[in-house]
Amino acid sequence: MTMPLVLVAVMVVMYTAGVYLLLDRSLTRILLGFLLVGNATNLLIFMMSGEFGSAPIVGGDDDSTMSDPLPQAFILTAIVITFGVSAFLLALIYRSWRLSRILEDRVEDDRDDLEISRAETLTTEEVTEEDLEEATEFEDDLPAGSDDSDDSGTDQTGSYEGARS
Amino acid sequence: MTFLVPLVVLIPLAGAALALAVPGHRALQRGITLVALTAVSVLGIALMFIIDKTGPLIMQVGGWAAPYGISLVIDRVSALMLAVSAVVLLSVFLFSIGQGLADGDEETPVSIYYPTYLVLGAGVFNAFIAGDLFNLYVGFEILLVASYVLITLGGTAQRIRAGVTYVVVSLVSSVLFLAAIALVYGATGTVNMAQLTGRIAELPSELQLVLNLTLLIAFGIKAAVFPLAFWLPDSYPTAPAPVTAVFAGLLTKVGVYAIIRTQTMLFPHSNIDPLLMAVAGATLIVGILGAVSQLDVKRMLSFILVSHIGYMVFGIAIATSVGFGATVYYIAHHIIVQTTLFLAVGLVERQGGTTSLAGLGGLMRSSPIIAVLFFLPMLNLGGIPPFSGFLGKLGLFTAGAETESAAAYWLIGIGAAVSLLTLYALARAWTLAFWRPKMKAQETQGALRAASNEALLLREREEKLFERLQDAPDAMPTQERRGIPRLMIAATIMMIGVSLVLTFAAGPLFGFAERAGNDLTDHGKLASLVLEAKHVNGGSGSTSLSEESDHGE
Repeated sequence: MTMPLVLVAVMVVMYTAGVYLLLDRSLTRILLGFLLVGNATNLLIFMMSGEFGSAPIVGGDDDSTMSDPLPQAFILTAIVITFGVSAFLLALIYRSWRLSRILEDRVEDDRDDLEISRAETLTTEEVTEEDLEEATEFEDDLPAGSDDSDDSGTDQTGSYEGARS
Repeated sequence: MTFLVPLVVLIPLAGAALALAVPGHRALQRGITLVALTAVSVLGIALMFIIDKTGPLIMQVGGWAAPYGISLVIDRVSALMLAVSAVVLLSVFLFSIGQGLADGDEETPVSIYYPTYLVLGAGVFNAFIAGDLFNLYVGFEILLVASYVLITLGGTAQRIRAGVTYVVVSLVSSVLFLAAIALVYGATGTVNMAQLTGRIAELPSELQLVLNLTLLIAFGIKAAVFPLAFWLPDSYPTAPAPVTAVFAGLLTKVGVYAIIRTQTMLFPHSNIDPLLMAVAGATLIVGILGAVSQLDVKRMLSFILVSHIGYMVFGIAIATSVGFGATVYYIAHHIIVQTTLFLAVGLVERQGGTTSLAGLGGLMRSSPIIAVLFFLPMLNLGGIPPFSGFLGKLGLFTAGAETESAAAYWLIGIGAAVSLLTLYALARAWTLAFWRPKMKAQETQGALRAASNEALLLREREEKLFERLQDAPDAMPTQERRGIPRLMIAATIMMIGVSLVLTFAAGPLFGFAERAGNDLTDHGKLASLVLEAKHVNGGSGSTSLSEESDHGE
């Protein structure tokens, strides 16, 4: 069984990039990582089909030069499953984003969420900082002026203290 | 009789389609789901008797002979799994009807709850009857996608957070499984388990080891064995009580079932049994230590679930027919008892308003029935003699002692200690929740909290989350006490009844399990049966339908 080197290289790159993205905290990146890893696996199945030949259609070309049809059936099924799961993931991401948007209006909850995520997974400082930055980004989006953001700032600390006591 | 084989998947799938077609009519949906689940339960139990008499039922879907087509196989192990999981699905569904009816929950998207529940069942059953690796993968995907929907039901912040962990971990394990299938296909040119039995044996042993480990890691994530179990206690407790109960009962066991198939049909001569022994021991210890340190009853039960997976892995690692027989019996026992306990906790949550031991107390006076309903499965899971938990563990320990290896003796010791610790953790929860006067609840809370700073943080966080969950569809923390619908109690009693059947019918059932164990070690026989089985029935219509619906998922 010979494998085209290009396909192997593409598969390796897709796996590498996919795993890297899966390890991210951002849900959108996880989705992209899942798509890459899933398609890399499809390529792996494809390469496992042995010698490539003509299209595996009965009554077409010579039967002896046909590709193995079974892996192609696997890939087709896997693609459909990946499609369904990524649709669900998109809905999940949207819901997650909406929840954090809504909580953003009541900033205290968001602060609390961040506290939770830090206490729970013991992530590096870097990630938490990043998340905090995102939070201020959203705050700028709010239609209300600077007065409101000041208010929410005091709210934040107040509820934060309350949560700890 | 082979026409019965695809029915176990088709009935729930058809029920799901029907239920999905009438979104507004809740009573109609409920009726359809109830009929479908009852039918499958009856079918599962009937299949147990039929197969015990006639031997494995094998169906070649669409009439394509074994190595080329898709084989559906039900042998004794699958039949027992089918029967037990169908009964569990039915009881839990009754429980959820009781809960939903009383709440009149308008926010919950129940119109998708019923079909999704049925699809989950179809996925579980499909995994149990799969005769080739790829169909097993499809079964896993069906049940996983349904479980994604169920675990994020209602879309509250907490469930989305827990759901994300669950979904991502499951996705990784699915991709690993698919890659493993690709490697197996590349190495052998087939995915039919019967044909793989012969072909894998011809491979060089290093390659066998790689394939074996890849498959085991993929299944290990699903079965939640020690180094891969971190996701379970985090994600399960947040779901509604009935959903947690059915997940805890069934989903991890599907992973264990897949491990059994891998170790018996694909790699019967594998030399990784010592590794499995070590994994089993670590799972037992780490799981139970996690459980002992929990204050939240649901989390505690989730850790106990992880811990007890260790017993099953131990049984697989023994790798004798007696060991497999004991494992099969233990799986049946554990599916039922773990589900019953989660249902009982659902009742406690409803009555006491929380699942945190810090907030529970004095339930003995207000609800003596729940006290008994929690107490019986607790003794059962802890392995107190008259119950099936004792019989299952006794079977496992006997099988382990027969091998006379040092590792087995170690595991017997660990297993006995874990059994004791299980009882300790559960009895502590029971005493605190039921016997403690309600007045003292606050004081003890303070004492317990002083134990460690981390526990304090954890507790505060969880209570915050519980508070926020107040308007959540099914979980009702810190709510007014309300009457518990009779149906919920009845469903829990029904599950306890089933667990008592495991005790009273232990003789015939253990015999059945031992014959199943013999089947498993005699892998060549099943393989040749599958490969030689001809297409018997002419019902190609129904069979092609099953294939279509599989792919539709």
